[in-house]
Amino acid sequence: MSKYLLNKFLFTVDRDPTLVERYRSEPHELVTWWESTVANTLLNCHTDEASTWLRFTAEERAALIDHDHCKLFELGAHPFLTLTLFIAMFERDNNEPLEYQKAYGARMAHFAMPYPDIAT
Amino acid sequence: MASIVAVIASTHHPFYYKASTATGEDRPPFADEWVRKITAFRETLTKANPDVLVMVGSDHFHQLWLDNMPQFLVGKAPFYDANWYNEEREFGLPKMLLKGQEDLSAHILRAGLDAGFDLAFSNELRIDHSVTCPIITLRPEADLPIVPIYTNIFAPPLPQPSRFVKLGETIRQIVEQWPSHLRVAVIGTGHLSLELGGPRQFGPHGPDPEFDRRAVEWIATGDIDNCLREVSLESLHSPGNATHGFMDFMLMMGVAGAGAKADYVDTLDLFHTMEAYFTWYPNGAPA
Repeated sequence: MSKYLLNKFLFTVDRDPTLVERYRSEPHELVTWWESTVANTLLNCHTDEASTWLRFTAEERAALIDHDHCKLFELGAHPFLTLTLFIAMFERDNNEPLEYQKAYGARMAHFAMPYPDIAT
Repeated sequence: MASIVAVIASTHHPFYYKASTATGEDRPPFADEWVRKITAFRETLTKANPDVLVMVGSDHFHQLWLDNMPQFLVGKAPFYDANWYNEEREFGLPKMLLKGQEDLSAHILRAGLDAGFDLAFSNELRIDHSVTCPIITLRPEADLPIVPIYTNIFAPPLPQPSRFVKLGETIRQIVEQWPSHLRVAVIGTGHLSLELGGPRQFGPHGPDPEFDRRAVEWIATGDIDNCLREVSLESLHSPGNATHGFMDFMLMMGVAGAGAKADYVDTLDLFHTMEAYFTWYPNGAPA
């Protein structure tokens, strides 16, 4: 399991407006591109200094492609990162204030304490 | 030596800026009461007439990341740019530029290291809403130099709650030993019960009003002993999955001192989370 890599995806996509839009509209394309080009980038370092060992599990890749925030939570992705990025993608479809945020919580009603461990 | 003229602990609600500046149909029904409470809270800092602000907060995965995560970090820079693209996007927060007080940063780092805290430092730190929210609420002129201190309440493994209290006590001693005539306010922000990205988020109140009630009591009365007895890294999951931000309140209880009753206490029950505001005057309330 690669919680760190899930978080790295959420972190790097969230801070780039272009990637946010690509992830909203073309999730399969964006996740595939990201894993092949960004996943092993050592952030803030020269591109030649990339890591060599980071990749998603099939389950993680599918959860990202499916925009499945419940699955990401179950896999231990950091809930703040997931929430922030998903609000960026989907709050715009609201008909009333906080509609998306409330529905996001309601979809997670089946989770009981203790929640999945987010330690990386 | 420097004097600590105010110790302030507060929640940091990123929606305050947008709510307080909204007009017409966009203005939420709770905005007027919220602004009244913030205006009264602001006066508690203004009256203390500070020269420098030590600002305790927590980076929300903006500059500090899992490939290189400090537990406690002190900014030491002449300036701090502030607020990030995703905070502008989600909360409407403005870009800001704050001055730094490098002499006090250097003093806190040296004395903190010598006191047993292996503090990380940053010479180029873009700060986020954990620091800018209290600037907006308490000192909207943003005209005083700051020393930002970041804590890790976000990316486990986290330091123990007792370590936050101890760091607060140490900051108090260190600032009071700073060879300066300047008047320092120490301001820290955290959370009461809070859920982010989980099933209990964005409810009509905070996720655990009973925890909030007890937390306000601990802080208002300076009851560090009972707070430490009842709060652990494990127990903080129960009131809400982001409640570890309460440890920044515990740090501020350490700054205020064991048994120190707050001179000013106010709360506001909002959707999603309870707001809470506390001010102590270590040298007595200003006239």
